[in-house]
Amino acid sequence: MAKGVRDKKKIGKAGVILIVISVLFVLLMLVLPLVSVIVNSLKEGFGFYFNSLSTKYVLSALGVTLLATVCAVLLNTFFGLVAGWLLTKFSFRGKQFLATLIDIPFSISPVIAGLAYIMTFGRLGWAAPIIDSINNTFGTDIQIVFAIPGVILATTFVTFPFVSREIIPVLNTQGRDEEEAAALMGAGGFRIFRKITFPHIKWATIYGVILCTARALGEFGAVAALSKTRGKTFTLPLEIDALYLAGSSDSITAAFAVSSLLVMIAIAVLVLRNFFERREL
Amino acid sequence: MDSDKKSRGKRVVPGFGLTLGITISMLSIIILIPLASVLGYSFQLKPGEFFDIMTDSTVLWAFFTSIVMALIAAVINVIFGTILAWVLVRYDFPGRRIMDGLIEIPFTLPTAVAGITLSKMYSTTGEIGGPLSALGIKVSYTHLGLIVALVFIGLPFVVRAIQPVLEKFDYQYEEAAYTLGANPRTTFFKVILPELRPAMITGFGLALARGIGEYGSVIYISGNSAKEHTQVVSYIIMQKLERLDYAGATSIALVMLLISFVLLLVINIVQIRQSRRTNNV
Repeated sequence: MAKGVRDKKKIGKAGVILIVISVLFVLLMLVLPLVSVIVNSLKEGFGFYFNSLSTKYVLSALGVTLLATVCAVLLNTFFGLVAGWLLTKFSFRGKQFLATLIDIPFSISPVIAGLAYIMTFGRLGWAAPIIDSINNTFGTDIQIVFAIPGVILATTFVTFPFVSREIIPVLNTQGRDEEEAAALMGAGGFRIFRKITFPHIKWATIYGVILCTARALGEFGAVAALSKTRGKTFTLPLEIDALYLAGSSDSITAAFAVSSLLVMIAIAVLVLRNFFERREL
Repeated sequence: MDSDKKSRGKRVVPGFGLTLGITISMLSIIILIPLASVLGYSFQLKPGEFFDIMTDSTVLWAFFTSIVMALIAAVINVIFGTILAWVLVRYDFPGRRIMDGLIEIPFTLPTAVAGITLSKMYSTTGEIGGPLSALGIKVSYTHLGLIVALVFIGLPFVVRAIQPVLEKFDYQYEEAAYTLGANPRTTFFKVILPELRPAMITGFGLALARGIGEYGSVIYISGNSAKEHTQVVSYIIMQKLERLDYAGATSIALVMLLISFVLLLVINIVQIRQSRRTNNV
């Protein structure tokens, strides 16, 4: 970091101007919205704040959100570890293509993710008859679209690459020599993973899990397409939407009160991120 | 097997088949098969039907709005993103680390929360919208509002694309330019900027892809008026889904998928070229 030291001395006039522009931009564009949520949420006082957090709808939405988040995080962490191992410990044809496919959820509209499940499991979807016949044969009542499984799937879709994306770069820089040595000495796959690979990616995995959790808690577009019943399949962001669109001054303040929960989680994630980055250095 | 022999000889680390199987299965079930269902359904439509849906003036305007607003926001983000990345890498000032962390706010703040907050802040009674409306500038429920929301969500993509390139940038080039008598301005535009261009294009592309498909953060601030042409494509898809117009929703989604696929491809090509260039130097 010698270059950093060299530059510290000469910030100069242009430097000061650029720093001022940057600080103002960050404060205005990024920090002010967070402050605004908190200010708006407390407009009617603490009593109103806690009351609006403990309504039947909000508590139900909290439960659905937590369930969907836990499922999505478990699935995507498992996937991230497996895909990370595959994409960094082996060379094979089509590897780059596979890596690109995993990143699809980053670049498509979440609304399309919701639509995709409707077109698969919904009334017109090709999988609907299969689920119907399962329900008929076993007397079950499995529903995917407009029910909890759909919410879980949509949440998993949008957060799919979050853990693998954190793990893969770390494993790439670590290389595969240690694993190869261990394998030549006769260690089994799971043992190699547990003793050699995982210690390297412990922090990256935890950080990926945190990011995945934050994103899963806040997913809106994909879930909005697949969830229609307030108090049953609504998640917190959908509840915020319903409260905000109800339009009365009280319900808007309640929307901000629920939002403030998610803002606090967002801030906690930022703090943890900083903590884990220092850990790695 | 063939590519394996060519590159690395025999695979030493165990678990190739297992991890490949799990990765491809999970990827298929959660991402690929649902998206293929959208494609499958849209291919069943008659060309005339597809043409009618796509040439509907509301749909055309929504595409125009989404693409143009995302383009404008991405340009703004490249300008401020480059300044922010530059300031974060080149200067040391109190609060630099905190500012670096704050860049991620749009990644961790749920889009619906960002949406309602920005909408409130920039409304004529809001913290920023109030003073602006006194000057005769309306932000919420106009195109300007859309741009503000898209700048908010796209910013970290640009900063995080440019930052690592700037960190690795070799100071020798700059010193050579100074020694040869170039002033700081010439050095920046002739020496540094060309090196940053691939990263700027990548950031631009990612912000653009995200912006075109964005839903949660824009639907509140945009006002969604057909007359004012402030409806975005994701909003139209959601509206068609609510009216059970699946043919309409999938046709539009198909075009959106094509757009994000092309963008993803361009970004990948730029990134591959960039890594070739830096590795050869």
